[in-house]
Amino acid sequence: MQPRVILDSKKLNITLTRLCHQLIEQHKDFSESAIIGVQPRGVFLADRIYKKLAQILNTKNILYGKLDITFYRDDFRLKSKPMIADKTDITFSLEGKNIILIDDVLYTGRTIRSALDAILDFGRPADVELLVLIDRRLHRHLPIQAKYVGQTIDSITSEKVKVDWKETDGADKVWMTEGKD
Amino acid sequence: MSALSQKHLLGLKHLLKSDIDLIFKTADNFKEVLQRPIKKVPSLRDITIANLFFEDSTRTRISFELAEKRLSADTINFSSSGSAIKKGETLLDTVRNILAMKVDMIVMRHSSSGAADFLSQNIEASIINAGDGTHEHPTQGLLDGYSVREKLGELKGLNFLIIGDIKHSRVAGSDIPLMLKMGAKVKVCGPPTLIPKYIEELGVSYEPNLKKALEWCNVANVLRIQLERMDIKFIPSLREYSLFYGINRELLNSVKKNITIMHPGPVNRGVELNSNVADSKQSIILQQVENGVAIRMAVLYLLANRN
Repeated sequence: MQPRVILDSKKLNITLTRLCHQLIEQHKDFSESAIIGVQPRGVFLADRIYKKLAQILNTKNILYGKLDITFYRDDFRLKSKPMIADKTDITFSLEGKNIILIDDVLYTGRTIRSALDAILDFGRPADVELLVLIDRRLHRHLPIQAKYVGQTIDSITSEKVKVDWKETDGADKVWMTEGKD
Repeated sequence: MSALSQKHLLGLKHLLKSDIDLIFKTADNFKEVLQRPIKKVPSLRDITIANLFFEDSTRTRISFELAEKRLSADTINFSSSGSAIKKGETLLDTVRNILAMKVDMIVMRHSSSGAADFLSQNIEASIINAGDGTHEHPTQGLLDGYSVREKLGELKGLNFLIIGDIKHSRVAGSDIPLMLKMGAKVKVCGPPTLIPKYIEELGVSYEPNLKKALEWCNVANVLRIQLERMDIKFIPSLREYSLFYGINRELLNSVKKNITIMHPGPVNRGVELNSNVADSKQSIILQQVENGVAIRMAVLYLLANRN
């Protein structure tokens, strides 16, 4: 199968803008809310959402943290090598906050399951919502759903969905390919 | 590099520089975990660890136990007093019996050098050496290196001085290979009777004069005089030792340099180190203890997930 582009740079930007406005509709001025990006790839999306929100609302006071979930995974002993963690950077308490958890692709739901466990170690949030750019809705292993979705796609297991960012991959693009890469 | 090259942690002389870098990087993550409201992650919840302490310990034992609990491992503690060792059971039999109860990892301190190495040749489980006689104390070496890196940025190019009883020190036995592998220079200082004969073959230099040695170094690790390991008199008296090799405020002030002071504990206050130095801003003794938990979590995590 030829790699197929799902979202190009222009469409991606429109999607991000829509997601931001959906967030504002729900969270107003974000005074009781916090954005948490899931390491490693969810952080690129969270960075974009955070910057866009700050621009639209004209504020620098939105709480934004990065969460690594390596130590909470359920599959670490199944891999041949230990999984190396990324940095967790949450400098505020999550007690009583409305959390917006951000990841790029929602697939089996296991990463988000781990993230929910990890979040509870930083306090008891009022609620937790999930925002993803791509929802591969046919592959869930756990009863987990995103509240804000960039685009839902139907795919088969052998297909891979890649999210590229200008900062690390040269261009903003979401695309689908067969096999490993 | 995302896995350790070793199955056991017996000594730092067996580790590669990339192993040490990986342990430090992982310890950074665990240090952050230890700042959280709930200082615990579920990584090792399916692992059981036996802490076998055939020799007394406060710091290391508590530090290992905390590290294990912060990783959600199940732990059992064993000390030789009040055990079947007194009835004449051998080390290997004791450990095999414990492993028969489905224990996954062994943390062991023993008064015989090479005890951990001996065990590793006879059993399957991962072994972490928590100090063996006068040989090595690898997690102490790692936390020393980590604490210096935290304070001064990096180890490469540093002048690292170890003062005191080098001959009986397993801390020196681990600090020396760690510092050399990480690109620091190492000098030892102490009475000639307490310096191993062939120390220079390790790539370490010797300076008998404390003031000259201090003028050379960026970091000084002050060792404890271990009277329990001296079966003959290596020094005339503690007072004389203190006079020639004790670190006090006046001496440090006379050296026009900001030297970081370390000590592996327990401190004999007034012998190798005076309180006005041990409790000053120059000393990182308590940071060493704090970092010990994160370093031990990193070692346990990386070894448990190696299979």
